[in-house]
Amino acid sequence: MSSNNQNLAKPVIHIMSLYPKDMNIYGDYGNVQTIIRRCEMFGYDPIVHEYNQGDEWPEQIDMVLGGGGQDTGQKKILEDLHEKAQKLQQLADDDVPMLMICGLYQLFGEYFDTIDGDRLEGIGIFNAHTVGNKQRIIGNIVTNSKEFGRIIGYENHSGQTFLHSETDALGFVDNPLYGNNPQDTTEGARYKHVIGTYLHGSLLPKNPNIADYLIKNAAMHRYGSYEPTIDEQLSQQYDEIIKNARNIAMSRPR
Amino acid sequence: MSNKPWHAIFTPTIGKSIRYAAKMLKHGGSAFPGKIVEQIDAGFLARTLSALPYGVVLVSGTNGKTTTTRMVASMFESLGLRVFTNPTGSNFTRGVVSALLQEVTLSGVLHADIAVLELDEAYAVHFVKQIKPRYTLLLNVMRDQLDRFGEIDNTAKLLKTVAENTTDTIILNREDPRISAISNTIPEQVHVSYFGLDPQIASKFPTDDTLHDRQMHKQHVQTSVPKHDADVELVSFAEHSGTFRINGEEVSTSLRINGMYNIFNAAAAAATIRAVLRENPPSTQELLQALSNVTPAFGRGEVIEVNGQPVELLLVKNPIGFSLALQSFPPDNTSTMIAIGDEYADGRDMSWLWDVDFTSLHDGVRMVTGARAWDMTLRLAYDQVPVVATNTNIEEALHEFLVNGENKPKHIFCTYTTMLHIRALLSQYAHVEDVGVGK
Repeated sequence: MSSNNQNLAKPVIHIMSLYPKDMNIYGDYGNVQTIIRRCEMFGYDPIVHEYNQGDEWPEQIDMVLGGGGQDTGQKKILEDLHEKAQKLQQLADDDVPMLMICGLYQLFGEYFDTIDGDRLEGIGIFNAHTVGNKQRIIGNIVTNSKEFGRIIGYENHSGQTFLHSETDALGFVDNPLYGNNPQDTTEGARYKHVIGTYLHGSLLPKNPNIADYLIKNAAMHRYGSYEPTIDEQLSQQYDEIIKNARNIAMSRPR
Repeated sequence: MSNKPWHAIFTPTIGKSIRYAAKMLKHGGSAFPGKIVEQIDAGFLARTLSALPYGVVLVSGTNGKTTTTRMVASMFESLGLRVFTNPTGSNFTRGVVSALLQEVTLSGVLHADIAVLELDEAYAVHFVKQIKPRYTLLLNVMRDQLDRFGEIDNTAKLLKTVAENTTDTIILNREDPRISAISNTIPEQVHVSYFGLDPQIASKFPTDDTLHDRQMHKQHVQTSVPKHDADVELVSFAEHSGTFRINGEEVSTSLRINGMYNIFNAAAAAATIRAVLRENPPSTQELLQALSNVTPAFGRGEVIEVNGQPVELLLVKNPIGFSLALQSFPPDNTSTMIAIGDEYADGRDMSWLWDVDFTSLHDGVRMVTGARAWDMTLRLAYDQVPVVATNTNIEEALHEFLVNGENKPKHIFCTYTTMLHIRALLSQYAHVEDVGVGK
């Protein structure tokens, strides 16, 4: 799934899509698609490696994208995730940017006590834990983040996530009933360049600055520097559409 | 009957009066009288429907309920049965009660042989608590409106509950793994019948699980031999025609409905007719005759003529439905408009648009409209599909598309509420059949 090769070879960025077969519940492909298009816009050549349980681990990884899954999907990938936990921790410690949505966000924490009474052990990249709940938290949501400004998305989760004191949130919500849990106004989690969040919608299409942050740090990981050659016309065209889509999304009911 | 209140004999009168009053007062909701009757006489529905000689056929699943219900009802009518069915768009229990009020006599008798009812997954569970359907047809489970049902496995659980409460026969889609698995848990005395696809064409019809593989441009090939025999199998299809294997015999027919997905559901409808009339089945000829007469449900491939060009209204509600609509109605020599709403009935979350591959529209989309027109435009931009115009105002957009647009046949892909809106507006440009649906 590489982009079209125009004249000179563009600098390559290797993106791993983590468990796309079982962890893809709702529009997570939109995040991959956004990264592909914006990499191209910045003059990079994105190469997407789909990694499903049992597959060979990609040799080159500059970015990891993971999506949401149903409880059954989480159980299917759990064993493999634990086998790969060290590799993922190493990548995170090496400043590889990652985006983990919903189901994989939960499993990047320490554990997830499901509503059925099972405990799914996480891989502990985030110091956080999740507790299943009967009541789902569902609806349009705007999160305020120091780094990314207003993050716009849609949340839909029964697990409530609690960050431990040393872990930073991705952002904060105005209504305390929304976000990670209905208590503390936090949404998502951060560890180095790893972002965990409940937001889909999909997240990256309407939040291009997060996409661009991931691309920048992926380039830094591979080349030690970030030197985009921006297609200005395309960038303006995208910006205009995104601005409109964001404004409307923020005006819609929960 | 213990659930029959002393005033039950007045229920039809009261309900009908409310229905009349609601209509006079232009109270939009077709379910409103049903709401009142449910409160004053909760047993009304069960009492009335249980008196029917062939009982109730319940139709549920994510995609194709309305078209399939229409097919089943229309085929029974062609075969000489008197059918009660719930009108399009009000597929909740109250909608059924409201529809019933219109049909019953004042003494509470429903002059029908069979009821064919479309119910959405969650409401079907409420419904079977009151009335055990004799037959249940389950079409598919796909991710749709997850904001209402949570997760797709939960949706499958709802349908399992419906199947477990069915008394005679359940008719299952053999090709949908979550639906065919329901056969493992139903009571022994209940019959199971399947409809399915010939393995040769199965790969053209994605299930929810294969959708994402398709999207990543992988070839999905079904290699396994089907586990169960299907009573009715779709063997092949073309524009307005289908070849079916019915009870082992291969037969072809022309169809007034179109679209591969609708034609697959024709197999579901035929299997349902055969299950219900098991004791005295119609000949294959009679069955095909009945099938060929079915017309499309409104907004489901309905064609409306405007300025001498056909305008096809294509309802899209979820990723697979959209993918299949794009595949079934290719854009060659047509002008395309897309209308995306985000009301409750459409689903508030726009994520689903990102699960659809729009690259088949590479020649361009003329107009994008609806509250979430800009989300759709962004989706198309990232699939490198050119968009001529985006306008969130549906009335203006439709005018531009129909009056100032290209002189070509037209496709309008629309979500549920935008479809209702566009359909109402279309009456300014052409004759549109009144289907009496509350908005």
